[in-house]
Amino acid sequence: MAASSTARSFLQVAATEEVVSPLRVVQIEGLVILKIIKHCKEFSPALVTGQLLGLDVGSVLEVTNCFPFPIREEDEEIEADGANYQLEMMRCLREVNVDNNTVGWYQSTILGSYQTVELIETFMNYQENIRRCVCIIYDPSRSNQGVLALKALKLSDSFMELYRANSFTGEKLREKNLSWVDIFEEIPIKVSNSALISAFMTELESDTPVTQCDYDRLQLSSNPYMERNMEFLIECMDDLSMEQQKFQYHYRNLSRQQAQQQSWLQKRRAENMARKAAGEEPLPEEDPANPIFKPIPEPSRLESFLITNQISNYCNQINGVAGQSFNRLYLMKALHDN
Amino acid sequence: MEAGDRTVLQFSTQSTANLSAKVHPLVVFNICDCYVRRPDQAERVIGTLLGSVLSDGTVDIRNSYAVPHTESAEQVALDIEYHHNMLVSHQKVNPKEVIVGWYSTGLGVTGGSALIHDFYSREVPNPVHLTVDTGFRNGEGTIKAYVSVNLALGDRQLAAQFQEIPLDLRMVEAERVGFDILKTTSVDKMPTDLEGMEVTMQRLLALIDDIYKYVDDVVEGRVAADNSIGRFISDTVAALPKLSPPAFDKLVNDSLQDQLLLLYLSSITRTQLGLAEKLNTAAQIL
Repeated sequence: MAASSTARSFLQVAATEEVVSPLRVVQIEGLVILKIIKHCKEFSPALVTGQLLGLDVGSVLEVTNCFPFPIREEDEEIEADGANYQLEMMRCLREVNVDNNTVGWYQSTILGSYQTVELIETFMNYQENIRRCVCIIYDPSRSNQGVLALKALKLSDSFMELYRANSFTGEKLREKNLSWVDIFEEIPIKVSNSALISAFMTELESDTPVTQCDYDRLQLSSNPYMERNMEFLIECMDDLSMEQQKFQYHYRNLSRQQAQQQSWLQKRRAENMARKAAGEEPLPEEDPANPIFKPIPEPSRLESFLITNQISNYCNQINGVAGQSFNRLYLMKALHDN
Repeated sequence: MEAGDRTVLQFSTQSTANLSAKVHPLVVFNICDCYVRRPDQAERVIGTLLGSVLSDGTVDIRNSYAVPHTESAEQVALDIEYHHNMLVSHQKVNPKEVIVGWYSTGLGVTGGSALIHDFYSREVPNPVHLTVDTGFRNGEGTIKAYVSVNLALGDRQLAAQFQEIPLDLRMVEAERVGFDILKTTSVDKMPTDLEGMEVTMQRLLALIDDIYKYVDDVVEGRVAADNSIGRFISDTVAALPKLSPPAFDKLVNDSLQDQLLLLYLSSITRTQLGLAEKLNTAAQIL
């Protein structure tokens, strides 16, 4: 009896839930980065995906290995094949002592156009099985500019609850104070390497003072990239304006319906007055069977949020590349003057 | 004078004269990772190398995976089924990658390696054997590649010899990622584009300074002039397009204006987004 006063009983410990510390950092190994780069680059411009394996430790999610998924055809048998492939790979990797835990997946993207409904659905699928999962996005087209375009994303919790309830009306969103920025959370990435590989890399590092990375960065022509970015941006603006038109249409319908309701109500009241004067029972003021009382469903705002996210992404990218171009242009100017 | 009776030990080198191998950095990473994760009783790690053979005969090694094996003083046993399973899985993703050889950690080539090499030569006509010295026995990590060459005495096959072939370890992809990220044991933050630009410009500046110093030294007579370097430098300087200053200024200014316009457009777009969002969600349904 005395011991249990200080130490909690087993039942108590089992009953208290673990407090999930928020995910603060994703720690990736250099091996994973190289593998992702290799896979995405080999198949670009096609989009590819793969699975991430690792450990979930406290507020850090460690990603220690990964394997690519084969390109899936839309065929029934190959669907089952895909699941088999995954099981087979996990089993084989476990035999060589690789961490067998799925912690997320990675996918490649073109110019940052990755915010789609499929991404959200995949997140929800993963979230059902794993407590914490992350998605790593790699952009091979941007990496040709000398920037390592690697991002770790996670859906924010409030968004996930809303999605499960499948309601995206304006009311709910205002309740939760959720705007399009809050859908995805970007998590900072840390890179770690084992001591052995760091020793090898230190030795194998080339002696030249200028590396391939520098050649990529100092390239003057960023025009094709900017052009494509602008094209995507324009397309997205078109999509956004379509969504807004849908809203306008909905509001117009709504206000028309309300006007109809008001006029019907007026008529009913006038009728009731007449009936009261005649001494009969007043009719009810509401009539659920009347079609003008049917509530019109509000269009979901999910699409417009996603599109907005994409647009802001493109804008960010344009800003970044423009900044780099400024640097290069001024550099050229200085060199020429000298 | 019976020279015809003598049989000579032949080292047939013509087939391997121009064979060389190229290793991608991912392979080195893979091998080190497998070595770090090996089971306690194993001393070394053995695995398969995947890649392709290029048109000029170079073997391009692009990927690898470890194969569990048991080794004792007398024999070596390799898990062949695992090897085939992994091969099939990898080929589902990338059917162009085929077996090109095998690797093992540790410095030299041991007796057991010959047996394993034999097994691999049944899968591929001329497998490449890569040794990665994770023990750093020579004070540095040596990576060597070997092929097996048959030693024939006249018509009889005597033995097979492991002959070293030149290895190309240029790490272009690793350079792209940045050695700073791959070298240290932990990096706290990924560099942003502007920081990377800064590093590149510093490097360029250092290079230009070096060239200045070299030219100055040559002019003052401190360093012997090397004609080839001089020609190289003059070629580089001549590569700058010969534009008159106004034309060049106009070019630069035009590009600057284009970039500014793009920046302006993207800022407008963001303002529009902010407005649209306020209007959409703030509208009350009456």
